[in-house]
Amino acid sequence: MIPAAFEYHRPDTVEGAVKIISDLGDEARVVAGGHSLIPMMKLRLTGLSHLVDLQGIGGLKGISVNGDTITIGAMVTQHELITSKDLASAAPIMSEAALQIADPQVRYMGTIGGNVANGDPGNDMPGLMQCLNASYTLVGPAGERTVSAREFYEAAYFTEREDDEILTSISFAATSGGFAYEKQKRKIGDYATAAAAVLITKDGGKCSAASIALTNLADTPIYCEAAVAALVGSNLSADDVGAAVKAAVDASDPSEDNRGPVEFKKHAAGVVIRCAIERAIERA
Amino acid sequence: MDKMHLKLTVNGEQVETLAEPRELLIHVLRERLNITGPHIGCETSHCGACTVDMDGKSVKSCTIFAAQAAGADITTIEGLGNPDSLHVLQEMFKEHHGLQCGFCTPGMITRAHRLLQENSDPTEKEVRFGMAGNLCRCTGYQNIIKAILAAAAEMNAAKEAAQ
Repeated sequence: MIPAAFEYHRPDTVEGAVKIISDLGDEARVVAGGHSLIPMMKLRLTGLSHLVDLQGIGGLKGISVNGDTITIGAMVTQHELITSKDLASAAPIMSEAALQIADPQVRYMGTIGGNVANGDPGNDMPGLMQCLNASYTLVGPAGERTVSAREFYEAAYFTEREDDEILTSISFAATSGGFAYEKQKRKIGDYATAAAAVLITKDGGKCSAASIALTNLADTPIYCEAAVAALVGSNLSADDVGAAVKAAVDASDPSEDNRGPVEFKKHAAGVVIRCAIERAIERA
Repeated sequence: MDKMHLKLTVNGEQVETLAEPRELLIHVLRERLNITGPHIGCETSHCGACTVDMDGKSVKSCTIFAAQAAGADITTIEGLGNPDSLHVLQEMFKEHHGLQCGFCTPGMITRAHRLLQENSDPTEKEVRFGMAGNLCRCTGYQNIIKAILAAAAEMNAAKEAAQ
């Protein structure tokens, strides 16, 4: 399990990192926590000859809550998301989801930036970011731009990010009301067989706002517009929840793999979506 | 590829070595620095036998390049105790039969050490959750959990007695 040889870089600014990857093109990749990339390098499934480690860039760290807006640096680890007191009050769904990612050792290294930028359908944060309607900041040679998480994912491992851009931060609005991230997995450390992120706000017994998104139930994370429409304005009765679950399952498009056939995955999706909606209603 | 000059602090001592960037931290520890406490189990970041403490975080040293650890402060099982003076966790693993073949034990104890630094009085559930990244092929989990809970109680009693 020895990867092919490469040259190691540890720039201390985003501009420095962007310069290296734009000068070297395909031969260079950035590494954050490395817990997706390094296993691929060990299996020699990825060819690169320059590894650009982002750990030395101070500007990519830190969680800030400014009024209603939460901004999280790309190099913030899952462990930091879980232990952040600011996030626990401003967006408690973040730690609920992060606690279901991998295992403790991986969470000390794995970063939110790596999780959202990698484009792996198995990663949990992209689905959650659809639910939160987050936006991502990308920095490239031409400067900075912002992309909505809901527009970012094109296909498995293909995203809106250009090869010479680095995802530097994620931002979204603080949440209110009920929330839940529900994940079915075969064992600790596994990706989801099916997972769902749900936010629900109630006003006088009626659902005034909702958001529902799915993880690992298609090539890309899915924001479930029809399921949201089934809940918003409703009394959140059993029938309303049933209609939302059905709409969300219909929006999924899983493929068969070692986690099971399509029919089973749709069944698992129905179970986790229902659990997440019900838990979010209880907390709303 | 040219070797890099790496400087690390390992178990309180500053060490320097040459290594290729592609060498994993576990390989540099074991083969270049002769620190063989952390073991190579699965080498795919699942089993946790290679767990070391890096700047206050439990990490799987099979999934970190030594180059990424340059400048870091590393603690391995060798830095926690030695045969003449066992760490409380080592004592309790011995006392409660927390090991059978012993292969996973250095990783288990190094991880448990960090867990107890962060949560000095964990519940059984918290210990199980906090130890979820370490596997024991002898499946001796019950006694591992007992040993960690006993070590927490022992460490807290010692702290109280010292006050």
